[in-house]
Amino acid sequence: MKRREFIKLGAYGVAGTTLLGGVTTDWFSLYGNPLFNPLTDGDKVVPSFCELCFWKCGILAHVKDGRVTKIKGNPKDPLSRGRLCPRGTGGTGLLYDPDRLKTPLKRVERRGSQEFEEISWDTALNEVAGNFERIKAEYGAGALALFLHGYGGNWMRHLFKAYGCPNIAAPSYAQCRGPRDVAFDLTYGSGVGSPENTDMRNSRCLVLIGSHLGENMHNTQVQDFAEAIRNGADIIVADPRFSVAASKATHWLPVKPGTDLALLLAWMNVIIGEKRYDREYIDNYAYGFEQLEAHVAPYTPEWAYPRTGIEPDLIRRTARLMASARPATLVHPGRHVTWYGNDTQRSRAIAILNALLGSWGRKGGFFMPSEIELPAYEYPGYVEADSNAADQPEASPYPLADQVLAQGLCEATIPGVREAEHIKAWMVYGSNLPTSIPNPEQTRKAIQELEFLVTVDVLPAEIVGWSDIVLPEATYLERCDELYTPYYRQPYIAVRQEVVPPMYDSKPGWWIARELGMRIGLPEFFPWKDSIEYAKTRLESGGYDCDALQRDGVILGEPGPLYYEEGAAPEFYTESGKIELYSNALASHGFDAMPTYHDDEIEEPPQGYYRLLFGRAPVHTFGRTTNNRLLSEVYDSNAVWVNTDVAKRWGFEDGELIHLQNQDGILSTFSAPVKVTSRIRPDAVYIVHGYGHKSKKLRFAHGRGIDDNEMVSRYKVDPIMGGTGMNVNFVTFVRAADVPTAAPGSPERLGSPENTENAASTVEAHA
Amino acid sequence: MDEFTSTRSNHLIDPVLHAWGTEVPIYLFLGGMVAGIMLLSGLMALRRTDDRTSHALSLLPWASPFLISLGMMFLWLDLENGFNAIRFYFVFQPGSPMSWGSWILLGIYPASILLAWTLSPAAFRETWLRRLSSVPALESISKWAMERTPFLAMANIVMGAALGIYTGVLLGTMAARPLWNSAILGPLFLVSGVSTGAAFMLLYRLNDKERVFLGRLDMGLITTELLLLALWMIGLSTAGAASRGALGAILGGPYTAAFWTLVVALGLLTPLIGEWIELKHGAIPGRLPAILVLVGGLSLRWILVYAGQFTSWAGNVTAALH
Amino acid sequence: MSDNKRYAMVIDTKTCVGCAACVIGCKTENGVAEGFARDWIFTHTSGTFPDLQMTIRTERCNHCVDAPCVTSCPTGASHYGPGGTVQVNRDKCTGCKACIASCPYDARFVDPRTGTVDKCTYCMHRIENGIPTTACQEVCPTESIFFGDLNDPKSKVSELLDTRESYTLLPDAGTKPMHYFLR
Ligand SMILES: Nc1nc2c(c(=O)[nH]1)N[C@H]1C(S)=C(S)[C@@H](COP(=O)(O)OP(=O)(O)OC[C@H]3O[C@@H](n4cnc5c(=O)[nH]c(N)nc54)[C@H](O)[C@@H]3O)O[C@H]1N2
Ligand SMILES: Nc1nc2c(c(=O)[nH]1)N[C@H]1C(S)=C(S)[C@@H](COP(=O)(O)OP(=O)(O)OC[C@H]3O[C@@H](n4cnc5c(=O)[nH]c(N)nc54)[C@H](O)[C@@H]3O)O[C@H]1N2
Ligand code: SF4
Ligand code: SF4
Ligand code: SF4
Ligand code: SF4
Ligand code: SF4
Ligand SMILES: [Mo]
Repeated sequence: MKRREFIKLGAYGVAGTTLLGGVTTDWFSLYGNPLFNPLTDGDKVVPSFCELCFWKCGILAHVKDGRVTKIKGNPKDPLSRGRLCPRGTGGTGLLYDPDRLKTPLKRVERRGSQEFEEISWDTALNEVAGNFERIKAEYGAGALALFLHGYGGNWMRHLFKAYGCPNIAAPSYAQCRGPRDVAFDLTYGSGVGSPENTDMRNSRCLVLIGSHLGENMHNTQVQDFAEAIRNGADIIVADPRFSVAASKATHWLPVKPGTDLALLLAWMNVIIGEKRYDREYIDNYAYGFEQLEAHVAPYTPEWAYPRTGIEPDLIRRTARLMASARPATLVHPGRHVTWYGNDTQRSRAIAILNALLGSWGRKGGFFMPSEIELPAYEYPGYVEADSNAADQPEASPYPLADQVLAQGLCEATIPGVREAEHIKAWMVYGSNLPTSIPNPEQTRKAIQELEFLVTVDVLPAEIVGWSDIVLPEATYLERCDELYTPYYRQPYIAVRQEVVPPMYDSKPGWWIARELGMRIGLPEFFPWKDSIEYAKTRLESGGYDCDALQRDGVILGEPGPLYYEEGAAPEFYTESGKIELYSNALASHGFDAMPTYHDDEIEEPPQGYYRLLFGRAPVHTFGRTTNNRLLSEVYDSNAVWVNTDVAKRWGFEDGELIHLQNQDGILSTFSAPVKVTSRIRPDAVYIVHGYGHKSKKLRFAHGRGIDDNEMVSRYKVDPIMGGTGMNVNFVTFVRAADVPTAAPGSPERLGSPENTENAASTVEAHA
Repeated sequence: MDEFTSTRSNHLIDPVLHAWGTEVPIYLFLGGMVAGIMLLSGLMALRRTDDRTSHALSLLPWASPFLISLGMMFLWLDLENGFNAIRFYFVFQPGSPMSWGSWILLGIYPASILLAWTLSPAAFRETWLRRLSSVPALESISKWAMERTPFLAMANIVMGAALGIYTGVLLGTMAARPLWNSAILGPLFLVSGVSTGAAFMLLYRLNDKERVFLGRLDMGLITTELLLLALWMIGLSTAGAASRGALGAILGGPYTAAFWTLVVALGLLTPLIGEWIELKHGAIPGRLPAILVLVGGLSLRWILVYAGQFTSWAGNVTAALH
Repeated sequence: MSDNKRYAMVIDTKTCVGCAACVIGCKTENGVAEGFARDWIFTHTSGTFPDLQMTIRTERCNHCVDAPCVTSCPTGASHYGPGGTVQVNRDKCTGCKACIASCPYDARFVDPRTGTVDKCTYCMHRIENGIPTTACQEVCPTESIFFGDLNDPKSKVSELLDTRESYTLLPDAGTKPMHYFLR
């Protein structure tokens, strides 16, 4: 059974504690029954903010006898409001993960073989600095690249900017919310931000396009979602899968994957056709309504029906429901929207639909966020990078990308893929590229081309195995980071501070960045002694009390007006100064100025194949937490969701182990149990992202479940901003019993050098 | 279609309850057998108080304290926190069969030891009295007991019956396990216990008269046991859905084959027919049927303990992850 | 302190998303043994695609009024504690597992570290020490868990049971559970 390792662990304790238990038995209170107290309250309670995902909820960490016993929400914090999601609650499982990186490491064998020797920090830092300096001298700073994700990454970003390197990318852009941010920016002149400015808690009608809140556990979003349910809001969920959110909905629309744009256009058709839109709002604030009206006229519900599979009547009813609640109707912008390569246009349709409902700047729609005024630290000022970022292909660039594309940096590392000089060295901070960037084979190729790869991580993730130097960072509970001042409904400053000193020989990110900065000749960019001094300087120059912040975890600012009704200014930083239903910016680059449905964009799965969809389990963040023993007690593996009828055709029993194999013939390294369920359309299958770790050093997570990214060997690039549509892969099933035993159990298979020719080369196939 | 999932996966609870493993059925088996030996030796002692040559009554009753100690050792092994075992004797919990049981177990020792003593050959008693002469009051206890053999025999019958019933009631009061939830389990375990007790005695060198007596008695007991089993099943099948569902464990479920072959066919019907044939042909009952009865008695408890834990009120909706 | 109280828990299944924060929160608050949980998430999906309904709820010991686990305990370790809750005194527990076998909800387990029985306490160490919430209630991001005194007609739990339709688990088992679920 799956609990075996726990039981064994327990068993060692049993003998000892049973003995003790017998001796310490309270013999005298024969009949009394004193209350048992587990005594987990801390002698010390330290406020900070969470890093189990990127939402940054305020926490209170209890420390007892030097150990963090439990983590609670900080009631003063506007994001957690005293409550946490399961991951934040299980943060101690990361802190005390026995598999943590403990000392700096240097690779001794070929790349990917995971053979390292322990070295001192001094040696490691000198090695990194030496390589950076050599590569900069030989090829220029443009031959370096930084991949980062997570709040500690700010120190590395600072380091790289100071060094003049333009290649700084996070997978949270082109693999996540980039298309949405670009689309809202094009429409309203500003994005929805993070935390999003969605006023869900006041919505009377909430529309979710795939956003699987409740599984997607961004804490405040889920709190607001529950508030909407409590308030009796009508909820409409479009999702090929009966998600948790769908189970709370008034209407679930099991839309055919990839056809949401048709549904959105049909809704606009009804809302405009039946004159249910917010006329006054559109007249006052919008640009291009006439064009839009004409544009959506052919997109009737009857037109949408064969495409989406949603009955015309249901499309009409849900459109009317949205209109009846406006402007307190929120069509949620979603977050991970890189699905089909036309994602900016789909997100544009969502933005435009919201405009028709008059929800931007209105209660129950989108509130207008504000930020606390906190001066930046006074640095000499970054030198202008001497080259453009290397992610954009010269021939057909992505003109509206406003951040660097992570996959673009991979491509620019492989000679021959791009014209220009290519990247020679990477630093990877808190991002497990083999599992977060699509087409892992391409990522592997890029890594093999590198002259130098340094990783800053907390766990021996797959990326660590490929690195030349590994720098073990202290976890968020052991370090202080940059101050956090989000744009939000309630402006505030939050601090992350050291709850317990770093374990082993791990070091905080600020220290690593500073030590490297000193070694590569950037001392003027690191004038502070440590991050606390840095934070103090910033706070004091803004007139804030650092002690109060350290004591309370947050300093609250004065909220501005949230809605236009309350006096928020309806300002749109677009070309026209209005909400752009019609986008000249898009038109000028040769794109559809208004979202247009192209029938050829969505491919049908081949016979016997199913579209692979993926998402989140509430207790896990990607692959970052699947080795967290505490969290994995609840979900220790993923399952392949297969529609009941499909399972019957295949003769699958619930729980039977299968592998997935995709259209390019790639077979998943590991297997996962089938979940036979009515909760998914027959043309798609679903797994939770983040399982199937190949790194053997993640001793718990290794080999559990299937890695979805392994199946994402192709992706469709969004021509507008370079996002990677990843829901374009089709998989079929192979019974575990039919897979030769050699395949599983060879954890570095896809990436390992000796297996290069087996992995399908699909670099060309995804353009 | 209904789909159930649960995130729970507590060891020894999920996917099916496994609170009690091998120790408990062995304990119940030994307990039942001791109940049988006590009851039978009590009965035989009452019937033939003057017969000091009976093999059945000479050294055999000593088996009771030894076997019950063995049983208690298994029970103790099953305790997850054996150091607190003494807590059984700090209270009496009238609603808890296990509490009853622990106190009954205490009564077993004096009753069975004293009766065994009085029934032992005089030479045996004298030897031991001489050897243990330093132990105070032994003489007078012996004297006291020797004068009260009928009373001790009665005490053994009562204690034996209590022990036998208790081993069944222990399971029978667990309303949470529908397969056990039947008042018939008490008498069933008692009868089965006496039957195994008789079988145990039949393994011993008894005289022909004793063999015939025990053999005949055993036939009656086996017949009664079959009847009680039938009643138990009828009872469950006419009770609520949970009970009907539970019965499935031995009617088509995972314990069907084991139950019908080991318990019914091998442990009850075969010895019954064997003993009947022996008696009909005037033969003296041999050891084979007795061995089968013992196998059947152990199997009955083993299978019932496991199958009962397999059944629950909630159905087996556990540990189906995701 | 809890004389004349009747503690109960009410779960709003309309808002519970099954995230299991309550499970992890309980584990760290109560130092529950690795690999074991005092509370858990149960989901039930019915219907056929695409007409589906799903119930999600968090479950734990029901703190039954007629608790067979207390009745069957030979040592008095399982007992009725403050506010009618069902508690286990580990100093008296032998690990005989009679209570485990007698609980129709399978809410109990043996803590492998001590060999004694463990289960939800309704966080009496908090409640009786003046902290008004249970740990699972405190963490729940959707505020789906309510805890309080049913003997107080003005308590939130009383109010919820008065105003909304509710059910308990396995009422036929006859244990009178004190753990309610709002539809
Ligand atoms: N196939 C597939 N790909 C995806 C997605 C998907 O669903 N499926 N989701 C996409 C989305 S939405 C996003 S946002 C991205 C996320 O992509 P990533 O941010 O790359 O996420 P992870 O793969 O979890 O990698 C996080 C790494 O950070 C390390 N880490 C954790 N905490 C710390 C810390 O405090 N310091 C340091 N230095 N390291 C730390 C972890 O050990 C792990 O190696 O992935 C995208 N890619
Ligand atoms: N617990 C947990 N929560 C998280 C994270 C985590 O790792 N763990 N990560 C956070 C991050 S960085 C992000 S970006 C978000 C991501 O969370 P979301 O923004 O909600 O985005 P996805 O992960 O893409 O959403 C997956 C859902 O989209 C559905 N879907 C797939 N294809 C289609 C389609 O064609 N049409 C429609 N309508 N639906 C479709 C799937 O069935 C699934 O229910 O979650 C955040 N919250
Ligand atoms: S949403 Fe959860 S994991 Fe993310 S920051 Fe908040 S508590 Fe931590
Ligand atoms: S924490 Fe709340 S929402 Fe999450 S599973 Fe528990 S009760 Fe449900
Ligand atoms: S749910 Fe089980 S453990 Fe809890 S009080 Fe009821 S019978 Fe006892
Ligand atoms: S295991 Fe402990 S609490 Fe349970 S019945 Fe036995 S002694 Fe009582
Ligand atoms: S009430 Fe306390 S002990 Fe019970 S499940 Fe909730 S947190 Fe755990
Ligand atoms: Mo993301």
